[in-house]
Amino acid sequence: MSTILFFVAGIGTIAGAVGVVVLRDPFYSVLALVGHLISLAVLFLLLRAEFVAAAQVVVYAGAVMVLYVFVVAYVGGSAADSLGDEPLVGPRFSASNLRLGGAIAGGALLIELLIALLGTGLKAIGGYGAGYAPGPRTFGTPAYIGNLLLTRFLLAFEAASFLLLIAAVGAIVLAGRRGGLEGDEEERRLTPLDLIRPQGTGTTAEGVGSGGRHSA
Amino acid sequence: MSIAWYLAVSAIVFSLGVVGVITRRNPLVVLLCLELMLNGANLSLVAFARMWGNGDGQILALIVMTVAACEVCIGLGMIVAIYRRRLPVDVDELRELQG
Repeated sequence: MSTILFFVAGIGTIAGAVGVVVLRDPFYSVLALVGHLISLAVLFLLLRAEFVAAAQVVVYAGAVMVLYVFVVAYVGGSAADSLGDEPLVGPRFSASNLRLGGAIAGGALLIELLIALLGTGLKAIGGYGAGYAPGPRTFGTPAYIGNLLLTRFLLAFEAASFLLLIAAVGAIVLAGRRGGLEGDEEERRLTPLDLIRPQGTGTTAEGVGSGGRHSA
Repeated sequence: MSIAWYLAVSAIVFSLGVVGVITRRNPLVVLLCLELMLNGANLSLVAFARMWGNGDGQILALIVMTVAACEVCIGLGMIVAIYRRRLPVDVDELRELQG
């Protein structure tokens, strides 16, 4: 049973990753990543990491991916297409050359990683992991993780929370609208018509108070 | 399944993320591929935690997820700022960090 589940989730994980890399529309890439994350959560469950799997689904596949979808919708991703057909500007690489080079580099890295991970001669890699007894406070449950986070890893926990605070402030500073610098200033710019006819000289729009150019 | 299978899956996911970071040109998709690389590393961390029956790897995976959330936050903020300034949303044409 767990073998079948592993293969289903593993194939889902790898297919989702391939989808993220290959699909042209960033919106579909985000959706592929959601599938990848959910399959990965199943793999985490198979590895007895219940709390990490739950956090993965809630935080990643939920919150972070919604943020991505919003930004893709805002930027309108398909306008600036990646894997485009026109050649790159700077070095004389065409897009197909870049793709080939990327595939070669990735394949070389994969072979190297597989040699490094599986060729270590560690006996435990071939095993099925340490002993596991189900229970309310055993390995990987929320109680276990919470106990570790608030005792041994308290410093890392606090540093992570501080990092989140700084990231939130930084995102607001980066993406925030700077008081009327861009949009509003263009509307209030002086036009030649203002010099000829000063404000309040009795156009019909001003008379009924329904807003001329200046009443906003 | 033995731990080696999980490690193989994590290596494949990490390599796919590297390929995506090299080949894609939309910064949004580059960020997504960075997520893939972090997830590959997370999977191997959790697999090693299972191997030794020790929870430290799971804690590290959680911290990595936190850092990834911060990175997404800042990265998406930068993409929105780039888009606001009418700059091209393309990593090959963005060559200056100057605002």
